[in-house]
Amino acid sequence: MSTSTLERPAAGGGTHRDPELSGSPALATLRRHWRAASLLGVLVVWVVAWAIFKDQYTLVIGGSARTPVFDWLGDRSAWVEQAASNGSNPFINLAGAIADLVDSVFGWLQSLFTVAHFPRPLPQIGWLGTIAVAALVAYAAAGWRTLALVVPCFLAFGVLGYWNDAVDLLIVTFFAVVVSCLVGIAIGVLMAHSRRVSAFVTPILDVMQTMPPFVYLLPMSILFGIGPAAAVMMTLIYAAPPVIRITAHGIRSVSGPVIEATDSLGQTGLQRLWNVELPMAKRTIIAGINQTMMAALSMATIAAYIDSPGLGQPVLDGLKRGQLGTSFVAGIAIVIMAVMLDRSMTAAGFRAELAARAGERGGPFRRVGLAVATVGTLVALYLSHNYIWANEFPAQPDLGTPLRNAVDRFGEWLRTDLSHLTDGIQRGFTDYGLNPIQSLFADSPWFVTAAAILAIAAVVGGRRAAVATVLCLGMILGLGLWNHAMETLTACIVATVAVVVLAVVLGVLMGRSNRVDVGLRPILDMGQTLPPFVYLVPILILFGPNRFTAMLAGVVYAAPVAIKLVADGIRAVSPNTIEAAEMAGSSTWQMITKVQLPMARSSVLLATNQGLLYVLSMVVIGGMAGAGALGFDVVTGFRQSSAVGRGLAAGITIVLIGIMLDRITTYGAQRASATSPDSRA
Amino acid sequence: MTIRTTDTQSPDIPGAPDAAAGSQPALKVEGLWKIFGAKADKIIGSGDAELSRTDLQAKTGCVAAVKDISFEVQPGEVFVIMGLSGSGKSTLVRLLNRLIEPTDGSVVINGEEITSVSSGKLRDMRRRHMAMVFQHFGLLPHRKVIDNVAYGLEVRGESKAERRRRAQEMVDLVGLSGYENSFPDQLSGGMQQRVGLARALAVDPQVLFFDEPFSALDPLIRRDMQDEIVRLHHEVGKTMVFITHDLQEAIKLGDRILIMRDGEMVQCGTAAEIVAHPADDYVRDFVSEVPKGHVLTLRYVMQPVRPSDSLEGPAMDPDTVVWKAARAALASAHPVRVVENGELIGIVDDEAILRVVVAEEEPGTETGE
Repeated sequence: MSTSTLERPAAGGGTHRDPELSGSPALATLRRHWRAASLLGVLVVWVVAWAIFKDQYTLVIGGSARTPVFDWLGDRSAWVEQAASNGSNPFINLAGAIADLVDSVFGWLQSLFTVAHFPRPLPQIGWLGTIAVAALVAYAAAGWRTLALVVPCFLAFGVLGYWNDAVDLLIVTFFAVVVSCLVGIAIGVLMAHSRRVSAFVTPILDVMQTMPPFVYLLPMSILFGIGPAAAVMMTLIYAAPPVIRITAHGIRSVSGPVIEATDSLGQTGLQRLWNVELPMAKRTIIAGINQTMMAALSMATIAAYIDSPGLGQPVLDGLKRGQLGTSFVAGIAIVIMAVMLDRSMTAAGFRAELAARAGERGGPFRRVGLAVATVGTLVALYLSHNYIWANEFPAQPDLGTPLRNAVDRFGEWLRTDLSHLTDGIQRGFTDYGLNPIQSLFADSPWFVTAAAILAIAAVVGGRRAAVATVLCLGMILGLGLWNHAMETLTACIVATVAVVVLAVVLGVLMGRSNRVDVGLRPILDMGQTLPPFVYLVPILILFGPNRFTAMLAGVVYAAPVAIKLVADGIRAVSPNTIEAAEMAGSSTWQMITKVQLPMARSSVLLATNQGLLYVLSMVVIGGMAGAGALGFDVVTGFRQSSAVGRGLAAGITIVLIGIMLDRITTYGAQRASATSPDSRA
Repeated sequence: MTIRTTDTQSPDIPGAPDAAAGSQPALKVEGLWKIFGAKADKIIGSGDAELSRTDLQAKTGCVAAVKDISFEVQPGEVFVIMGLSGSGKSTLVRLLNRLIEPTDGSVVINGEEITSVSSGKLRDMRRRHMAMVFQHFGLLPHRKVIDNVAYGLEVRGESKAERRRRAQEMVDLVGLSGYENSFPDQLSGGMQQRVGLARALAVDPQVLFFDEPFSALDPLIRRDMQDEIVRLHHEVGKTMVFITHDLQEAIKLGDRILIMRDGEMVQCGTAAEIVAHPADDYVRDFVSEVPKGHVLTLRYVMQPVRPSDSLEGPAMDPDTVVWKAARAALASAHPVRVVENGELIGIVDDEAILRVVVAEEEPGTETGE
């Protein structure tokens, strides 16, 4: 173009006038080295102090010890229970009213699908009707292929012998998802529009998401009573944040020019929301609903602990009784359900897009299909309501029992014939990896460990991290479970290191090779959707209940998200930079270590942070797989009324550890990116 | 067609304002300010307002995007606001329809003081009296072309049949017939901007704002679209306020051009005025590459009549562009007589024509690229 555009002189004048920029990378390197040196110093002092003062002032307390703090916490929960029974506190009454409402709706749904509807000896709709309804919904919302996925999945629940449990789990999940979406999308919209609402809600969501579910299992069950009501409420807390966050994000990221352009035509706020923001954010919101659904499923499974009906029950029973075959088969049913929900939801999102494109309801073929499906469903409902064979899932064919037995036999064989191998791995790691570090944390005098953690926090995360650390450590100390807290902290840190190593190795591979990415990503996606519970079972079968098993479960649980974060970070490195580095003659190794990893540093740090939180949320679940420490304290809190106080204290301690680690890594990441050369403007 | 055509049929240069003497201006801007930052309103009227943009930012942390701008646009005029990126031109146009709240000053459209109307009234004004075309189109990706065009009519509550009819007219007007049921991402950039244009025209506004509408398009398409604007302006005769950073575009479309730098007005006038008498080196610098023969009119190159001059050459209007006059002038042995209202006001000899058409640059004005 030959026109003299006005942009040119500006572009010419604005380049390179910052000579000091070239000096700053060296400075940053120096600073980083300084940081590494001080970390090493702290470590040396710590080890020396540990060697001298080992086993003194470790604050170990007995397994059934009671402290004033535990008693006080126990009294609180007793007070709540009492208030619930005599109706003296309006807040608790409200909780009771909610619980009653949820229970009655839930009871009605159950009588529809899974529980005898008095005076009938059977539910209103049996298996045939349920499958028909599910198939119709799948077809209408997501199309043929989803229908072909959903029907076999439902049949599998029945054939595995868990028809009722599976449908109960679905009811709890959907109940929570529907409420989450109604409330969550509204809140998300408000957050997107108001900075104040956003500033108010975000920290609440942070807490909701970082708090391991087990921590509020106990208070919720006290408040809402044992059973489906508490399960739904808990699931709600755990599952609502994704849809809220993602809705807000989706609406915020609706293109500014489009908003401006449509505003210029004089639309009202409501018109903007309805015509512009919601439709343009639709795909994102559906992704949010999907995440919420997966979170709800995993929480609804865990809710078996407070006697919520569903597939979690057989898993838990199996774990309690050591019948891992039972847990395994129920676990498979959960996996099938997770895959089914995830796939259907994704397909529904895709279909929504298509439908919007086509502009109408689809061609005549689809209309006929829908009509046929509806008629078929009505017939199935009729049959299901009136005939036993279509109501009660047939006992044959039964795949569950043989599978269960096979797994049990396999486990037996592992434990007897292969024990030297699995034991060897497990012992080797525990004796040479875990124990020395745990000893350093837990066997040093408490003030030495506290000082060391504080020093590390200060070096890594700066003053703000140090303040957070002082507060958290102080409260942990006050709660009286210092020694257990240090054991849990050790397990958490070791597992996180493993997660980060895995994430960097696999993440770099995925980031660099499309083929690896395509191969690995679906596995990781699935890994993220599964309830954490399910991971435990196969690892338990392999290694038996011990600390190693619990940690391994944590690593497996946390790895997918961390790997994906690193891979995305590596992928996000600008192709121009890669090209330039290639032209400069970098080897592959140089490319990874000098270009890709440094530029993806913030992703690696984020992966560390997320890895920590995921590992931590597995702590309690690990507690029932022999991990001991805080997880065990929480689990015991459920089982024995005398240990409720201690369980609550342990739960709070876990949250405090989580907050502390989160603050240290977050501030550390901020400082790291603040000193990186490219952001020093 | 229900589109109004201008009552003032303009001559060769599109929509040259017949200055509509005595009538109300379509748009009147007075003392308009926009300062971004905390306590921005305190700055105006204080000594700080006199500071340059960088000094102000250093002192108060506020950025003055638009500083004390005043101008009037006559009905049917195409008024171009031009400046470098960062000169505040895009902010300025958004102050006119209050997509950005002005810090101070007055904007009157259609007799309404835009800066102080209620949000309901403002919405109504946007629905009926003004519309805007955006650099990045701002189309709704989930709606068909026709529904995008109809959006303005939809939000003001017109019936589906009526808005479809009107939108179809607009689609035809901008040359998109046959694409009504396409989605925006199935169209090329130029076609998408035609949709944006149709959407703006659909509400039949008195004033159309354009914010660098063709900057995102490639050069050939850009030229097509400029021609399209010229054509549409002839057909519908809307008042247009056009933002651009491209001087050629400004000259091609604008009856008058306002040049901005750092939020301030540097010069305002017709293209010929600006090319003939740049207000300062800044303006001179970027008009230096303009082919002057296509911009300057005889008025700016004529000399006063001296008694010795031959008066037998062809007579021409002072608003004739030099290159159009060149052939006749050079063919004649006598200098061109410039005649306005039957009165001889100057003469243009071959030397003057050649200086403009061939030499282009007067030595010394070339500031170097």
